Amino acid sequence: MKVGYYPGCSLESTAWEYNDSIKDICKTLDVELREIMDWNCCGATSAHCIDEEASFMLSVRNLEIAEKEGLDIAVPCSGCFSRLKFAEKNALHNERFKDKSSFSGEIQIHDILTFLNQDEILKRIEKNVKNPLKGLKAAAYYGCMSLRPPAIVDSTDHENPLRIENIMDLLGIEVIDWSFKTVCCGGGLALSRTDIAKTLIYKIFSMAEEAGTDCLVTSCPMCQANLDSRMHDVSADFAKNFQIPVFYISELMGLAFGSRRTGKWFRKHLVNPKKILKMRGLV
Amino acid sequence: MRIENETFVNRIAKLTGKEIYRCFQCRKCSSGCPVAEFMDLLPAQIIRLVQFGFKEKIFSSETIWICASCETCTTRCPNEIDIALIMDTLRQECIQEGYSPAQKNVYLFHRIFMASIKDNGKIHELGMIKNYKQKTGTYFEDIKLGLKMFAKGKIKIFPHKTKGLNDIRRILDKY
Repeated sequence: MKVGYYPGCSLESTAWEYNDSIKDICKTLDVELREIMDWNCCGATSAHCIDEEASFMLSVRNLEIAEKEGLDIAVPCSGCFSRLKFAEKNALHNERFKDKSSFSGEIQIHDILTFLNQDEILKRIEKNVKNPLKGLKAAAYYGCMSLRPPAIVDSTDHENPLRIENIMDLLGIEVIDWSFKTVCCGGGLALSRTDIAKTLIYKIFSMAEEAGTDCLVTSCPMCQANLDSRMHDVSADFAKNFQIPVFYISELMGLAFGSRRTGKWFRKHLVNPKKILKMRGLV
Repeated sequence: MRIENETFVNRIAKLTGKEIYRCFQCRKCSSGCPVAEFMDLLPAQIIRLVQFGFKEKIFSSETIWICASCETCTTRCPNEIDIALIMDTLRQECIQEGYSPAQKNVYLFHRIFMASIKDNGKIHELGMIKNYKQKTGTYFEDIKLGLKMFAKGKIKIFPHKTKGLNDIRRILDKY
């Protein structure tokens, strides 16, 4: 199986471990990722907040390149995925943007979770689990942009998605249900209104703690960076002692597949994820 | 308060869809909004003010800059009003009409983000954060966190560049 791959800027820096773990598990799953040639930033939150046209033009350039290469694309970053889907819908249906690109909608844009949830891939995941992660309790955390708005990102499960849970189940993880899995973490305001981001992070970790989970599992690099990097500060600000590492789903897949690269990924976390894995006898 | 030119709502409807006329103030958008507690006007109030043409009140509100673009409101509106898109559009109209954004640092962050894309075609976090901290004089906030992330190798010293930078610079000419 071959698919185009649009990593996005975060995966080259703050989310290095996400990129590396996705490439690693895709090798195991016999999925060939072909990175889009000379891709550029999708414009992210900032572009659509202050300049809709620039936002469209930045994102659609990537779609045009991918379409020329003739490959569907899988997008690990929820933010990028959302912007590429907005560009797709605008290029095809919005009178204001129709004439501004050559993109004709011949390729599909997949969020990485939807891509991994195809029956064939789920079968391969199941087959490749060498070390089931028995005893680990984990809650899925999706954030916003791979789910909303459904009319743009073509989701049908946006109020109660199970894409991460489906995979965790195959890995032998004990899935913890909770009510905050699609609530915003405030990532877009992390620098300019840190107080707001911290309040949202506090609520998320409080609910996670109450649900009794060992960790959160996500597919969004902005959520992971925001939650992982601010947990200690938020603990101090709100007189709490949160100990909840935030994994990328691909890291736990790699761990269950017996990958030798897991140490490299876990070292990148600000909240040490090995503690809980050791406690559960998984490393 | 002066009632602005009636065509304001028509303009917003043209840019975001005529569903905006349908709002009956159920406030589903506002009760599900994760950042409503930080806003000076609720999302539902913004919609009402757009319908009535109170442009000045909208453009001087913090709400349009506090909106985190989580898209929960758009997803849940029973009248299919694209509230998140309306927030985007109001921010852009606010700047275009020469109003000063009520949350200056939020706007500044977006500008600096765009400039970083223009420089490299991709985001270079170190350069972008340095610019933002310099312009806001907030070097010392988050310094410990910055150093930790640096030590973890999470922040690249040199930017990755897109080769087709000319395409990007044409798009981002004004930044």
